[in-house]
Amino acid sequence: MTDIRYLAPQTLDEAVGAFAAAQGAARILAGGTDLLVQMRAGTVKPGLIVDIKKIAEMTEIAEAPDGGFRIGAAVPGATLAEHRGFGKAWPGVLEAINLIGSKQVQGRASPGGNLCNGSPAGDSVPAMIAANAMVTVQGPEGRRTMPVEAVPAGPGRTNLKPGEIVVSFTLPPRAPGSSDAYLRMIPRTEMDIAVVGLGVSLTLQGGVVTAARVGLGAVAPTVLLVEDAAKALVGSRLDDAALEAAAAACRAACNPINDKRGTIAYRTKVAGVLLKRTVAIAAARAGGN
Amino acid sequence: MAKTHISTSINGEPVEFLADPGSSLLDVLRNTLGLTGTKEGCGTGDCGACSVTVDGRLVCSCLVLAVEAEGHEIGTIEGMAQGETLHPLQRKFLEMAALQCGICTPGVLISARALLEKNPNPTETEVRFGLAGNLCRCTGYDKIVRAVLETAAEMRETV
Repeated sequence: MTDIRYLAPQTLDEAVGAFAAAQGAARILAGGTDLLVQMRAGTVKPGLIVDIKKIAEMTEIAEAPDGGFRIGAAVPGATLAEHRGFGKAWPGVLEAINLIGSKQVQGRASPGGNLCNGSPAGDSVPAMIAANAMVTVQGPEGRRTMPVEAVPAGPGRTNLKPGEIVVSFTLPPRAPGSSDAYLRMIPRTEMDIAVVGLGVSLTLQGGVVTAARVGLGAVAPTVLLVEDAAKALVGSRLDDAALEAAAAACRAACNPINDKRGTIAYRTKVAGVLLKRTVAIAAARAGGN
Repeated sequence: MAKTHISTSINGEPVEFLADPGSSLLDVLRNTLGLTGTKEGCGTGDCGACSVTVDGRLVCSCLVLAVEAEGHEIGTIEGMAQGETLHPLQRKFLEMAALQCGICTPGVLISARALLEKNPNPTETEVRFGLAGNLCRCTGYDKIVRAVLETAAEMRETV
């Protein structure tokens, strides 16, 4: 085993400085549920591990006066589930994060790690995209903000610049009549990787959709924002024609792999099915607001 | 290799140890501290045999670095019984034969305790979801689930 150094800085500046100085030899440690597995398998051999959990901003859940939320990148799923307000505002984002792994994994795994791991099948990512969440990153050149869908670059890759660390997710305030939902298809009941994952956020006024966003995962090299599906829903009363048009847009967006867990044809078909089912859940929740 | 000095608390007792920065908490518990009640199954967070609590939160100790224990409170199976008095879950597991080879049992017990602390009156479905991160290849789970439900009922009566 090569020498590994471990740092647990208290400030973001210190973390960014050490991470950038290591020039690619460093890894960020949040929950470690991917990193420690990769280290054990020998696929990752970091010279430096930067543990970000002692940085207050990384582990905070902050509710803004306007109802928006800021979630630290290293907040574990179990902590988010115990927050009083978050699951009411964003039940779809919460259910997506809480689908990742067992209770043990939930005690550690974070949305920041899920995004940076770069898996096309990460469960939290489609829900975050549907929620129109923005990511704040900090690097040697300072802070910047980008939409979640701008982060994934391909399997295991992100568009973060060298030395940049994901700090937090910002979710916008909710208009009345809004809610969200996330569904994934897996061939078993629990604890599997999505064959297709789909997040929907909706705003309904008088039964008419006034705003919609759709995030689609596990059917392309990156998680996708499906704008055509959202367009098909907006202005509709979620009638069959609008739902079928949105489902068709999701199928058209698919560019999946063929593997043991799902063929191309199967994943493509399921994307349309999940669109309809997820919209129904989000609409029912929005109606209850 | 430079080892890091760590001060932590295990089952309520202050503990200090030296750890390689790349070592897991599981490695240190078993190999440095001799706390071999926590088992290694898969080493990748899938089987739950290495379940412990960190500040009361259920985790897989194979997915925690030992150096992360600094300043935190670790709970292992060795802290479950009070002297000779078994925890109600341990007693009920024996009474109802909710174990066979026993390798998964420490992890199952730690998970079940964490579940009952948060939810003293779980449904069968909640127990099954709560223990979904603990794999057992012997029992078929039914006796485990029944033992946890029985323990929960008994603990509610005695409170």
